[in-house]
Amino acid sequence: MNSISKKETVNSIGKKEIIIKKKKFRSEEKKDMISGYLYIAPFFIIFAIIGLYPVLFSFYLAFQKWNGLSPMTFNGLANFEIVLTDPLFWKSVYNTIIIGIMGTAPQLVAGLVLAYLLNMAFLKFKSFFRVTIFMPYLTSMVAVALIFSVLFSNHESSLANYVLTHFFGLDPVAWAASEWGTKIAISIMVFWRWVGYNTIIYLAGIQSISNDLYEAATIDGANKFQQLFYITIPMLKPFIILTVFTSTVGAMQLFSEPTVFLGSDAFTRDEAMTIVMYLYRDAFRLQSFGTASATAIILLVIITLFAVINLRLMQGFGRKKRGVNK
Amino acid sequence: MSKHDKRKRKKFSVGRISVYLFLFIASIVSMFPFYWMFVMATRPSAAYNSIPPTLTPGKLMIENFKKVLSQIDFFGGMWNSFVLCSVVTIVVLFISSLAGFAFAKFKFPGKNIFFVAILLTMIIPPQLGLIPQFFLISKAGLLDTLQGVMILFFLNPLGIFLMRQYISEGVPDELIEAAKLDGCSNFRIYWGIVLPIILPAFATLGIIVFTAVWGEFLWQFTILRDPEMYTIQVALAQLSNTHNIDFGMILSGVFWATVPLLVIFLLFNRLFISSITEGSVK
Repeated sequence: MNSISKKETVNSIGKKEIIIKKKKFRSEEKKDMISGYLYIAPFFIIFAIIGLYPVLFSFYLAFQKWNGLSPMTFNGLANFEIVLTDPLFWKSVYNTIIIGIMGTAPQLVAGLVLAYLLNMAFLKFKSFFRVTIFMPYLTSMVAVALIFSVLFSNHESSLANYVLTHFFGLDPVAWAASEWGTKIAISIMVFWRWVGYNTIIYLAGIQSISNDLYEAATIDGANKFQQLFYITIPMLKPFIILTVFTSTVGAMQLFSEPTVFLGSDAFTRDEAMTIVMYLYRDAFRLQSFGTASATAIILLVIITLFAVINLRLMQGFGRKKRGVNK
Repeated sequence: MSKHDKRKRKKFSVGRISVYLFLFIASIVSMFPFYWMFVMATRPSAAYNSIPPTLTPGKLMIENFKKVLSQIDFFGGMWNSFVLCSVVTIVVLFISSLAGFAFAKFKFPGKNIFFVAILLTMIIPPQLGLIPQFFLISKAGLLDTLQGVMILFFLNPLGIFLMRQYISEGVPDELIEAAKLDGCSNFRIYWGIVLPIILPAFATLGIIVFTAVWGEFLWQFTILRDPEMYTIQVALAQLSNTHNIDFGMILSGVFWATVPLLVIFLLFNRLFISSITEGSVK
């Protein structure tokens, strides 16, 4: 702020000296400088108020005991202790990871396969397939959760149970009330909504790979599968890293789907309680803002941890592939 | 002749047919929940568990929607969402293109540091500041207002990143130099030269921002508690929040809330799909 006002006075002095050509050039530079700062200022001003300050305040709040009304009292590390010794918190971590793995890992593989097939030269109706596969991404998370809450309702003859019992000869599942039922239903809706999105990103990646590579490989006698594993996948590495990274971070933040899927039971049952739901419940249902902030910071640590592990693994995967290639 | 035969045989090879089959099944899996939502939206609540499953539309389309209207303020929610998304989109386009212009074409000390700082804000999980943000909005008297919701969405680092890319690639330096020689102010250059050139990029970023805000739930759910101020997402979520659930009604609400976006998508699907790839790949 201070620097901007200083620069403005410099500018007004610059205006007086505009007659001298050399100085005019310099004032032009100054003007650009001021414009530069002015034009990027809106982001930083809004960020300072509603981004940075709240994040810093979360770190402060994590060490306070506060119900939102009475004054805060310093609580040391007690909030972290409360959260980390709460079995429900660990249940929420477990749920988040399980749903995260079941919802995203198959999705990335399916996205890769679909993108590879959609890029085949002989394929007709390409845009039809692309549009239909992408469409689920446009339904909001709330809408997806509601559609699937009817598809996967507890009733013995809901559509999901009908398919299970009539086509697979299995017993019906209480999708919204059992340990694995809820997790599977939520994973399926995450899969359904995001697979097209990842397909589109992989497709863009595949299309950016030069055709020469495939031609050379064909001349060398490589078949389609060898081309997939030794050209397409290694060349897609940056795209795969991007999608793995964003899906991992997204999976750790899962909130809307389970909350809407379980409706009025969302914050009382524990089968699908995720970390963010645990945080939300502490803050806005139990008015325990200190422990909720502690949970937010623990969540940050978990996300960072997973992101780093993922990136490490992905880098390893790329190197190995290249080694085999040689 | 033999060459011709060969080509013909290849056209109907097992491999090709299985590729089509696989993609066809993927399309069906993608589309079925939409179709089924439509069917349920036209049927009585009990239809969801009939044996065999109900797969054809019924006659209750209007009745079910009337029930939605008695349960939630559907049109109010749609209107609130529309206003929210429109204002956010316009403001984000303005902030991002202005900042993108500065990063692409001006020299000023600390430019790179500022740019990296903006990118770094992308990795902050949105839940980290949720509680203080809630109290901040509450202190400012903006709970249950769209203003309180939108201010957080004005922060869009990806937008600045994309706009910087477009402007540095799409707007030639010579054009800006020439305008400067003519005595144009920087803002006039932005308004008269840069903006017209990057309009196509506005479509891309606009779609990304609009759809993201349209579907966002956690923040809207946290700030909006007064049913009159609900956006459509928060209003829809209320439909399943009772113990006496009417599935025909729920899916009718979801159907009518989803259809407008799907129609826009089908009309401009190329634009949508390229906006996704450009938004994440660039």
